[in-house]
Amino acid sequence: MPSNTPASKTPDTAGQPSRREAFGKLGVGSIAVAGAGAVVFGYAYISPNVLYEPSLVANVGKPEMYARDSITQDLKCMVYVVHDSRGFYAIASTCTHLGCQTAWNLEQGIIACPCHGSKYNTRGVKIDGPAPRDLPWLRMWINEEGDLMVDRSKVVAPGHYLRV
Amino acid sequence: MAVRQNFLLHPISVRVRRRALDVAVTWYLGTLSFGVFLILVVTGILLMLYYHPSVPQAYTDMKDLEFVVSGGLFLRSLHRWSGHAMVLLVFAHMFKVFYRGAYRPPREFNWVIGVMLLIVTLLLSYTGYLLPWDQLAFWAITVGSSIMSSVPLVGDQMRFLMLGGNTVNANALLRFYVLHCVILPVAAALLIGIHFWRIRKDGGLYIGHEASDE
Repeated sequence: MPSNTPASKTPDTAGQPSRREAFGKLGVGSIAVAGAGAVVFGYAYISPNVLYEPSLVANVGKPEMYARDSITQDLKCMVYVVHDSRGFYAIASTCTHLGCQTAWNLEQGIIACPCHGSKYNTRGVKIDGPAPRDLPWLRMWINEEGDLMVDRSKVVAPGHYLRV
Repeated sequence: MAVRQNFLLHPISVRVRRRALDVAVTWYLGTLSFGVFLILVVTGILLMLYYHPSVPQAYTDMKDLEFVVSGGLFLRSLHRWSGHAMVLLVFAHMFKVFYRGAYRPPREFNWVIGVMLLIVTLLLSYTGYLLPWDQLAFWAITVGSSIMSSVPLVGDQMRFLMLGGNTVNANALLRFYVLHCVILPVAAALLIGIHFWRIRKDGGLYIGHEASDE
């Protein structure tokens, strides 16, 4: 074919790419950029921005609702609100083994998971079962209206009591 | 040949070796797997006509299928049992291929396709399990997604993306529905196509070392 002479295919002596090569690189580069952009857009698309779940920051009511030396399970917020002699604290009620909701067992005085038999004491320390970690203590504070607030996303070290 | 020039007929083999048709050779496990897959697709599409993948509705729809819809109990049961049968059959097919040595050259690539099909089958099973939205479904997927979050570095984010949230809720049901009904069946169909094409290209089913041409 007359247009495909050797001279038009090879770069010139200064090492510059030919026009054909330059457009080729531009084309492939554009597709690569578009592809990278598609991946970024796609990842952002499937990552939900709005969640239809109970908020991680929960209002668990007035401190007066919780008697001394009591442990109350709030099922909606998925926490235990504990009030003992040293004050208030909140521990997560989701078992650290595989995510089932634990329950407070009154007769045995322990937190027990129905799925695979993990047991925790009232301080969230694991005493039996396949759970790998203790139940985490969660950040707790009093808001302006005097309500107890728990933030499920903020883990604090055990022993952080809230004195009211 | 007429078969080769017709789109609907072209999957049919023009020639097969006589030995490949004996039950003793493959126990027809691959054929059965594909047959069960077709049953699952047909029953699945029919079930989709009565199922809404939304949070309180899904369970009610399953009840409807069981008690109210004509033939609903049969279709739902057939779909469920076929799902279990499919997993059993593909494992059996895999073991049969392995013990016969039907993965040896030139069939190594087809074995890889087969493993990918196994994974797709298990994923279809897993995503379908959530759809009845009963206690069994909810906790099984809670546990399974917790296992996924144990993957190092990206596990938690993978779980978040798979569920569309932090817990198994409406987003998770919808995502699993789309995975189960669209994405994974398309992937399975593609891989099945390649799997069958490779059999044809490799000279037909493996019929035994002594009898084969290799």
